[in-house]
Amino acid sequence: MSTLVALIFIGVAVLFIIGIKLLSSPKTARIGNLTAAAGMFMALLALHQPGGPSVWTQGWSFNYTLIAIGILLGLGLGAAGAYSVKMTAMPQMVALFNGLGGGAAALVASQEFLRGAQRPEGIGAPLAAAMQFATIIGSLSFAGSIVAYLKLQGKFEKPHTFPGQHLLNGLILLVILSLAGWLTFQAVGGNAVTGFVVMFFLALFFGVAMVLPIGGADMPVVISLLNSFTGLAVAADGFAIGNLAMVVAGTLVGSSGTLLTLLMCRAMNRPVTNVLFGAFGSGVAVGGAAAGGVVGTVKPIQADEAALLLSYAQRVVVVPGYGMAVAQAQHSVRELSEELGRRGVEVQFAIHPVAGRMPGHMNVLLAEANVPYDQLIEMEQINPTMDRVDVCLVIGANDVVNPAAREEKSSPIYGMPVIEADRCKTTIVLKRSMAAGFAGIENLLFYKDNTRMLFGDAKASLNALVAAVKAN
Amino acid sequence: MDTNELFIFILSVFIGFELISKVPSMLHTPLMSGTNAIHGIILFGGILVLADAATPLAQALGFVAVVFGSANVFGGFMVTDRMLQMFKRKKQP
Repeated sequence: MSTLVALIFIGVAVLFIIGIKLLSSPKTARIGNLTAAAGMFMALLALHQPGGPSVWTQGWSFNYTLIAIGILLGLGLGAAGAYSVKMTAMPQMVALFNGLGGGAAALVASQEFLRGAQRPEGIGAPLAAAMQFATIIGSLSFAGSIVAYLKLQGKFEKPHTFPGQHLLNGLILLVILSLAGWLTFQAVGGNAVTGFVVMFFLALFFGVAMVLPIGGADMPVVISLLNSFTGLAVAADGFAIGNLAMVVAGTLVGSSGTLLTLLMCRAMNRPVTNVLFGAFGSGVAVGGAAAGGVVGTVKPIQADEAALLLSYAQRVVVVPGYGMAVAQAQHSVRELSEELGRRGVEVQFAIHPVAGRMPGHMNVLLAEANVPYDQLIEMEQINPTMDRVDVCLVIGANDVVNPAAREEKSSPIYGMPVIEADRCKTTIVLKRSMAAGFAGIENLLFYKDNTRMLFGDAKASLNALVAAVKAN
Repeated sequence: MDTNELFIFILSVFIGFELISKVPSMLHTPLMSGTNAIHGIILFGGILVLADAATPLAQALGFVAVVFGSANVFGGFMVTDRMLQMFKRKKQP
């Protein structure tokens, strides 16, 4: 590696690190993303064959024509996806891009392996191990991300479980690992190639089998986990083909993604193993729904009366949830908040870390609807002030405002941090029906004395509220 | 694979943990999307293997890897930018 390439490489690593750093503040996030993109461009300029010449100085060949066509095709597909996707469908898009990256990582490692195994001396154990790792994790990430994408698109959203599922998955994993162990030390000849192909397809199958039993609402955790997986696969590819930029970039994604996954699980008060192996929706719902402690009655309210309460409040807190995303109600919410703001009402949005289908999902949706981000308050900051809130408007959120998490020791969500909506003077819940939330448990909030239920489609209800507030 | 690469790998693990532990949850989706774009650097892996591909099968697989990697990196950065351009402060009327 020449000195110039080494210097460029250091610059690339610094740009990625600064990019991720800048992404951590709302003010600089956009620049951070562009910084990381600049790092990517720089890495492209310094791209060289391992121990060989820069790819820019090699003669043109048919393969380079293929590369150019491939890049342009990917650019077209990526841009079309990125600019056509609706803000509500953002998690799916990230899952899809992540899956493609994982697939690419698996293919790159496979190529290296197949080529190396056909040489008489085969592949040394450390490199072979890196290639196995990248192939297994990459194809797992590819298949898993596609399933996650389909689940978020509403296809087979329910968890798929059958008896002996964990046993079968465990067996497949065992076969994959045994094959990988064998191939690491015997990476030469036709048997190795056959074994490798079998391992590749088993890993694809395992990716599907791993994500299928997980319910649609847990997909954010899964996507975040698969994102970090792809990062690790890319890092392993970097080892295998001797590209340090890939090692650094992949590892940064792998470690930060792992931590993000753990943070998301902590916000839901569930260990990550519970998400991956629990099949939450089917297992716990039975016990949860039976839990007693429901006192009080459901008290409906009409839009006119709710609008009166809102117009004469001093401080209103809106708690958005997945229901708001489904109803595409974010623009109506913004309209209501502006109308109230014009009347001198202080409106804030309380954001639960796992509201919606991804951490920050609500922020993105509300930002799309032009809600200024300084009105969005995180759970820890807003909870101590909930006593001083006149009206709390819960829109399509359920489990994240359930006081059972604080009051019912027997509840499956006991101990999960929630937004303490029940402590406000009045809580108005916009909800389609009395159906239970994702966790399948009764929400004690709906039965509290100071809670009123505004039934109906969230968007229709909000539009009615806006009209009624304007008329006041 | 030498110890230098291992050294860089270990340091990167710690930097990754440090970087993200300070991100507010409102930025988690853009962050996930941004890091998703960064692992699109696998495109370069695809370019390198396709440049060396000698058989039609290798060319086909390498081509798919390049298309996938390219979609990952370009789509990833674009979709992140689209998310982030919406984080604006309240406009003064």
